[in-house]
Amino acid sequence: MARRPMSRLMKREAIDGYIFILPWLLGFLLWTAGPMLASVILSLMRWDLFSAPVWAGLKNFQDLFRNPLVGVAFYNTAFYTFLSVPINLTTALITALLLNQRIKFQSFFRTFFYLPGIMPAVANAVLWLWILNPDIGLANSLLKMLGLPTSQWLWHPASSKPSFILIGLWSTGNTMVIFLAGLQGIPQSLYEAAEIDGANWYHRFRAVTLPMLSPVILFNLVLGIIGTFQIFTGAYLMTNGGPQNSTLFAVLYLYRLAFEQFNMGLASAFAWLLFFVILGFTLIQLRLSRSWVYYEGGEA
Amino acid sequence: MSAAQGVVASAAGQSSHASLRPRKPVSFYLVRTLQYGIMILLSCIFMIPLVWIVSTSLKQQGEVFAYPPVWIPNPIQWHNYAEALNRAPLLRWLANTATITLIAMVGNVVMSSFVAFGFARLRFPGRDALFVLLLSTMMLPEVVTIIPRFILFKALGWLDTILPMVVPPFFGGGAFNIFLVRQFYLTIPKDYDEAARIDGASNFAIWRRVLVPLSMPVLTAIGIFSFVYHWNDFLHPLLYLFTEDKKTLALGLRAFINPYDASWHISMAASMFLVVPIMVLFFIGQRYFIKGVVMTGIAGR
Repeated sequence: MARRPMSRLMKREAIDGYIFILPWLLGFLLWTAGPMLASVILSLMRWDLFSAPVWAGLKNFQDLFRNPLVGVAFYNTAFYTFLSVPINLTTALITALLLNQRIKFQSFFRTFFYLPGIMPAVANAVLWLWILNPDIGLANSLLKMLGLPTSQWLWHPASSKPSFILIGLWSTGNTMVIFLAGLQGIPQSLYEAAEIDGANWYHRFRAVTLPMLSPVILFNLVLGIIGTFQIFTGAYLMTNGGPQNSTLFAVLYLYRLAFEQFNMGLASAFAWLLFFVILGFTLIQLRLSRSWVYYEGGEA
Repeated sequence: MSAAQGVVASAAGQSSHASLRPRKPVSFYLVRTLQYGIMILLSCIFMIPLVWIVSTSLKQQGEVFAYPPVWIPNPIQWHNYAEALNRAPLLRWLANTATITLIAMVGNVVMSSFVAFGFARLRFPGRDALFVLLLSTMMLPEVVTIIPRFILFKALGWLDTILPMVVPPFFGGGAFNIFLVRQFYLTIPKDYDEAARIDGASNFAIWRRVLVPLSMPVLTAIGIFSFVYHWNDFLHPLLYLFTEDKKTLALGLRAFINPYDASWHISMAASMFLVVPIMVLFFIGQRYFIKGVVMTGIAGR
């Protein structure tokens, strides 16, 4: 209850406020909160979409823990995420640092790095299947010309996940542009002050660049992990989980359970498992970030 | 590199005492050369796949498999594009993609700017709690909602229509977009609103006539991102569209992925129908693309 009665004007403003946010609120209830609630109930049922749903209790979750493919899917996803995200962020950061020097044609280079990031995933799949083709693809042809050993790329369990990491690295331009913007937002005076104190390039990077950039790094890290954990399109189109389930990623497995085997209950239970894993990693990062992220204006 | 740059700094410092125009030491040029070398090498590596898709799409079958690889097709085989059009209803799929993309984009842009007005400019009980809720939905992985949404759309009879793709954007326009616009609105002085209010403008009129015209940069950026997202989207058309002539281009292109079919040049030509519009959009709106990415980066702080 409001402590003071609202004036007529305040009431009008409040009503308008609710009207303005109503579309989002409805959308939240219809497309997020409602489905999440439904998903909880579904995860406790057996349902193939066609016959009547049957109550199953926690049986779906028990099945998941007994199913070896669940472990495989999580292992593949974690392997991909925890290599791909750090490699991507480091590459993006180094490229941004190089670009941020007073360099000519800066916008040209920026365009070159950014462009692959907006390529449609399907076109990417067609293109990379062709480039990485072990017999006639460009990648192996170039390696052969340079006298280097070739690879089976997507067609061997040992190199399939690294191939996905490589493909992901190609679309890192977006992160690079965000870093570049962050770098350009660091006041020059900080560097000048550091230089007067006798800081060399490493000190300047360590004591000025990294702390000033840390919120941007955290942002890219959190969203990067959430995104890569949900990798689907590339794996679905290029390898469909193979060879030998080495690219069976979590969302691909979810898709199979739900839309190929029509096991809606088990799939929902799996979705929740995945949800809590991602949420867990996000919360851990946010907790850890307190010790390394520097917010301007906050207590140092 | 550390030693080199250290030398640069100290040498430059010393020589500036000696003469007014400091002469740059050799190491400076060395570092510069290295820098440009790395940039050019990296750009080439990033550009090779793009060059390769264009190049392959214009080759004759024989050149496709040539070793060493042929970069510039001779003769240029425009016929591959006609052949791609022959094999699949690419233009129909292109039209479907454009329809979905444009409608969804309007939803994203209009609704996110509308909702953001409520969060940025109006006071009402529960506003801050609701805004925190909105922010937390940005970090929610989509996975848990895929299945129940599918069941909901099935119950509504929306399967095999474009509705599952184009209706949700009209409900709020996306949490991240709302957040971006709200941050932008906060930088616009409230004096503008007050002036309009004194003239008797309603909140709706203030949104429509004052804030929307002033926030074109952020709205353009959202529009572009929405365009790219819906144009490239594969998962949702895969879930919701089945009939051949209702498919989007991204979904339909799957037919061209067949490792046992040797006509890679035709597959590349077909892919170009999806890639070229996005690239054209990029080169027209490059300024806004970069600005938009910069805005997301700054919002991330």
